[in-house]
Amino acid sequence: MNWNLFVTELVAGIAHGSVYALIALGYSMVYGILKLLNFAHGDIYMVGSFIGFGIITVFGGAESLTVSVWVLLFVMFFCAMLGGGLLGVMIERFAYRRLRNAPRIAPLITALGVSFFLENAAQLVLGAQYQSYDSYGWHNGELWVKGFTLPAGVHVGIAQVIVVVGTIVLVVGLTLFVRNTQLGKAMRATSFDREAAAMMGIDVDRVIVATFFIGSALAGAAGVFNGLAYQQVWPYMGFVAGLYAFIAAVVGGIGNLPGAVLGGLLIGLAQSFSIGYISSQFSDAVVFAILIAVMLVRPSGLLGRAAVSKV
Amino acid sequence: MSTGPTDPNAPRVGVDEWVASHEQRRTRRAGVLGVLERELTRLPHPAFYLAFGIAAAIVPAVTSDGYVIKVGLDTLLYMLLALGLNITVGYAGLLDLGYAAFYGFAAYGYAMLASPKFGLHWDTLAVIPVVVAATVLLGFLVALPSRRLVGDYLAIVTLFFGELFYTVYQNGEHMSLLGFTGSRDVTGGPNGIPNIDQFNIFGARIGELNYKAYFYVALVFFMVLLFAMYLVDRSRTGRAWKSLREDPLAAELMGMPVNRLKLIAFACGAGIAGLAGTVFAAANTAVFATEFDFTSGLLIIVYAMLILGGAGSLGGVILGALVVNVSLEVLRDPGHATWVFYTLIAATLVARMRPWRWLVAVIAGTVGFGFAVHAIVSAVWPRGVHGEAAVGGVLGSGLGHWVVLPSNPMTIGNVAFICLVLAVLVLTLLRGWVQKLAMIPTLYLAVFVWENRLVVEPSVTRLILVGVILIVLMNARPQGLLGTSRVEIV
Repeated sequence: MNWNLFVTELVAGIAHGSVYALIALGYSMVYGILKLLNFAHGDIYMVGSFIGFGIITVFGGAESLTVSVWVLLFVMFFCAMLGGGLLGVMIERFAYRRLRNAPRIAPLITALGVSFFLENAAQLVLGAQYQSYDSYGWHNGELWVKGFTLPAGVHVGIAQVIVVVGTIVLVVGLTLFVRNTQLGKAMRATSFDREAAAMMGIDVDRVIVATFFIGSALAGAAGVFNGLAYQQVWPYMGFVAGLYAFIAAVVGGIGNLPGAVLGGLLIGLAQSFSIGYISSQFSDAVVFAILIAVMLVRPSGLLGRAAVSKV
Repeated sequence: MSTGPTDPNAPRVGVDEWVASHEQRRTRRAGVLGVLERELTRLPHPAFYLAFGIAAAIVPAVTSDGYVIKVGLDTLLYMLLALGLNITVGYAGLLDLGYAAFYGFAAYGYAMLASPKFGLHWDTLAVIPVVVAATVLLGFLVALPSRRLVGDYLAIVTLFFGELFYTVYQNGEHMSLLGFTGSRDVTGGPNGIPNIDQFNIFGARIGELNYKAYFYVALVFFMVLLFAMYLVDRSRTGRAWKSLREDPLAAELMGMPVNRLKLIAFACGAGIAGLAGTVFAAANTAVFATEFDFTSGLLIIVYAMLILGGAGSLGGVILGALVVNVSLEVLRDPGHATWVFYTLIAATLVARMRPWRWLVAVIAGTVGFGFAVHAIVSAVWPRGVHGEAAVGGVLGSGLGHWVVLPSNPMTIGNVAFICLVLAVLVLTLLRGWVQKLAMIPTLYLAVFVWENRLVVEPSVTRLILVGVILIVLMNARPQGLLGTSRVEIV
């Protein structure tokens, strides 16, 4: 057995899976509270990625950075998360809020419209071509030369470590937030039963705005992670990534936060191994097969509870 | 809850479909228009459909302009697509986001059975039934695993199916069955399948010279299916679909075979898309996978048509496809597009602004504001007014003195575009005279962005507008132009 290939795909899968997990968390949070498939979520990830790219350009471009890598990373994450979060809040306020009591299909189609609008507006403003973070070039490849070597001779760069560790930090932070703070409790209550939560005196509007902000900020961070590890950004990147992340959320159990992380890792690994061992063209098919299999065996996802609908 | 009973969008309690339509009847206009309106509503719907059919049939007779006929053919194909989607989304309320894949599947199916690709040249009378049947079967298979799922899951399964279709067909030039057989070229990959046969019936070729023949073929298909749908609409199945859309749980409790209804709706929608796909392939003589991808906008455009016309309404299918496709076609030409843009803005202002003095004030304000900005910019930054308007003639030279046209509008135009989006969003939050005041710079900004940025890239602008149509319509008038508003009986 070729251990080198195996470990390479494992590392790539975990890194990719981390990005999916972060996007899936936002998807899952929004779905949990509004029961809305926010198709625009993948495009917030795209915008976050472009904000990171813009910060690199501001600081002199990949080849001639004027600041240290760590300052750059901090500014990138701060701006991408803030920008992504604000964009998410704006989308909620202007596109979805009026439709909260509309038939289910209305906000879904609106979400498609928002997604399509963001993709094409990005294409108008930023151009249709691929841009590259080129993190190999930062200060002579500081982020990739440094690192450590795994048993089978696979080199893991700091960039990949940042992606995985950053994801863990964000996920742990989110979990603590949702579990312990007052707003987090209000979120859980709202997602459990919106009307009952409103009757208990929870400001549902505020909770929804907070959910959109946090979920979208995570997507913005995921955009920067993706740029760090995989370089390329372009206006349509959000569509496919959003699709994969949504599948991760569904596989893990939608509305369930640990499930979203588990699903993200699973989808990332499945995609990575099918690229390595089966065929790069048909990795989509493998992910699709997983989705179908999970939905047939456990329609509520791996960690989700079966939904009980009351009449 | 945030929205009380005063929310104009909320369904009105105790007003059912009949009461709503009766109220509408009572609030008729008086005078000649009223009489005309009353007489027109008395006509049965098929009369309108027939009138549309006759009007459409005349089009190729009065014009020999190949471009007009091509646009007409495209519109008819869109109408067929919207008609099929109307079953799945409009009647049964199932969000099918893989719809474009059925269209593509059938187009490729036709291409494979009637082109030099595999050396097959089947008779059209054989190809169409085979391909349509295969598409129906595919629709059935896609719906099968998702039949137990609620609407949102169905949406994601179908969306992924659409994307899967695209990847397989786009990469299908080295296809092998999991490595068991040798690599074979099945779909032509990114090169697509060229040199597709024309329709040929018992050896007689039709449509060899122009699109006229396909226009009539598509028109006949559409009219036949339209009348069929009119009958289905009032049939047992049609009523069952609508009840499924309104409340799946109640429908199930009433003893309706919910799963079977969903499958039939899905398969029927797919079948109509399949029929349109065969005509598409034969008329264009080549198919490419990218034409059916999400990013091409095909799916979103068909949705925009359906929503604009009103989901669940047959007349809406005609109207929606006509309005959306013709507008998108007009947008291709910067000169025409500019006229449409200003007409649209003027019409919106005239229709929505009351009282009249506000309208006059806003227009006068905008004109004055424009000249002021132009004067300031030309004094401070002369390069800022060196560009030229996209449209010529009186309008163009007038605009040249009014709107700021930098010689290199790229960056400033992009910034202005983002500002415009933000300004329009803020405008929806304002009320009263503040809103009217804020409207003046916003209008000017819109013209600035249009002249400097949007008109230069028509292909992106069209798609942006499709997205905007969906968002605005869903928020402002979810029932579309011809749909009936939703009623809820409590």
